[in-house]
Amino acid sequence: MMSLFAKFDDIRATLEGFKTLGRDPSDIRFEQIISPTEAVVNGQPVLLFGTNNYLGLTFDPACIEASAKALRSSGTGTTGSRVANGTYADHAALERQIAAFYGKSSAMVFTTGYQANLGLISTLAGRDDQLIIDADSHASIYDACKLGAAEVIRFRHNDPEDLARRLRRLEGRPGNRIVVTEGIYSMLGDTAPLREIAAVKREFGAYLIVDEAHSLGVLGEKGRGLCEAADVEADVDFVVGTFSKSLGATGGFAVSDLPGFDVLRVACRPYMFTASLPPAVIASVIAALSRLEADKSLGERVRSNSRRLYDGLAKAGFELGPEPNPVVAIKMPDPETAGRFWNRLVDEGIYLNLAVPPTTPMSLSLLRSSVSAAHTEAQIDHAISVITAIGHEFGIPDGNRKKVAEPA
Amino acid sequence: MTNKIEDVEREILDLLAKQLPEGTQVSAEMRIARDLGLDSVGIMDFVMDIEDRFDISIPLDLIAELETVADLCAAARDLLKGAR
Repeated sequence: MMSLFAKFDDIRATLEGFKTLGRDPSDIRFEQIISPTEAVVNGQPVLLFGTNNYLGLTFDPACIEASAKALRSSGTGTTGSRVANGTYADHAALERQIAAFYGKSSAMVFTTGYQANLGLISTLAGRDDQLIIDADSHASIYDACKLGAAEVIRFRHNDPEDLARRLRRLEGRPGNRIVVTEGIYSMLGDTAPLREIAAVKREFGAYLIVDEAHSLGVLGEKGRGLCEAADVEADVDFVVGTFSKSLGATGGFAVSDLPGFDVLRVACRPYMFTASLPPAVIASVIAALSRLEADKSLGERVRSNSRRLYDGLAKAGFELGPEPNPVVAIKMPDPETAGRFWNRLVDEGIYLNLAVPPTTPMSLSLLRSSVSAAHTEAQIDHAISVITAIGHEFGIPDGNRKKVAEPA
Repeated sequence: MTNKIEDVEREILDLLAKQLPEGTQVSAEMRIARDLGLDSVGIMDFVMDIEDRFDISIPLDLIAELETVADLCAAARDLLKGAR
């Protein structure tokens, strides 16, 4: 009989291949986290450029203090789901604060960002409805589609005309259409053309969900994300987001103005059948969101830092994603070069993310970095010079333009 | 645009041949993942080309069940019939 794990032979072989290049990219270990931008790996200090810690709030004194206070006053965990075991005052307070932040009537907090997508999307779309999702959607959106009963159709990444074609094909069919898109896409850092998507949504009478996981606190004057920056908030029926990136903790949320939204609390399985967030996490998120509301400089700094890294790498000749957002992806000619380059970067004290097919769009091999408001200009300039120097060792950027032009 | 049912298989095989290295022999019996060397993203992209060509949308659960090129042709044919 075949081994239970034989089905993973291909994936195991790929991982073993990467391990022969040096480190295991799936198992990098930080012996110590010094700050939002510094850690220790294998006894060596590294600069962190792969954390999604966009506002650098993981060591914010007010967040730590609030979290410690809640830990002492309310204990280590809630030990159950809110539906079964009850709601703590701070969970409800955080929901009111998020709803007010977005100017929406209701908010629901989930235990992770993954579960926010999983729960909202799988529950909203019933058997007779249709989900129309961007083809490059995050795994949590695809998994939500599998969990739910609705028919699922993909439209070409960031292509409003393709979305319109697909909605047109559904005309005359019963059920509601629910379109799902993201603010900033996590691999290349590109943004959705939300104005055009919102126009299509209106034309076909569909609902629209936008996942702002990578854009909360980053885009928009108030930091509400791409919906705010693109001025389409009135057209967006549901915003989903996470506390685990800009707000430096863990957890997820969904907000909406639609009447009746709160019934999801007793229908949504990934909300009902899991424990709610521990008080210490809720308290630090409340403090982080308050900081974001009060301090406009955080968003300005992460945006200017992003531009600095993006422009510096572009000037050095690297081929990058299309926009200077906090996700800055360097295109590599192939997975092996990406793996070797990534190991050299860690050797030289720069940590970022190795992203290879099939988790990447267009089968690209990427060195994916994420920029923080906590990075200093000196740290960013150092990263640019290290990346550029290693690039020369590999004949990149000189060689990558031609090779990367046609993704394998 | 010809959407005759009997042309569907030929057109899909032609589209597939364009996706693969020149000279690769393609047939309806080939298994999409194993024999064509397409990864999961590659399959999804190829399915989108077919959707464009025939002006159909193939639902995700149906894509997951496709094993051979013939399965894909049958799915496209069924959707085209339904559209009439």
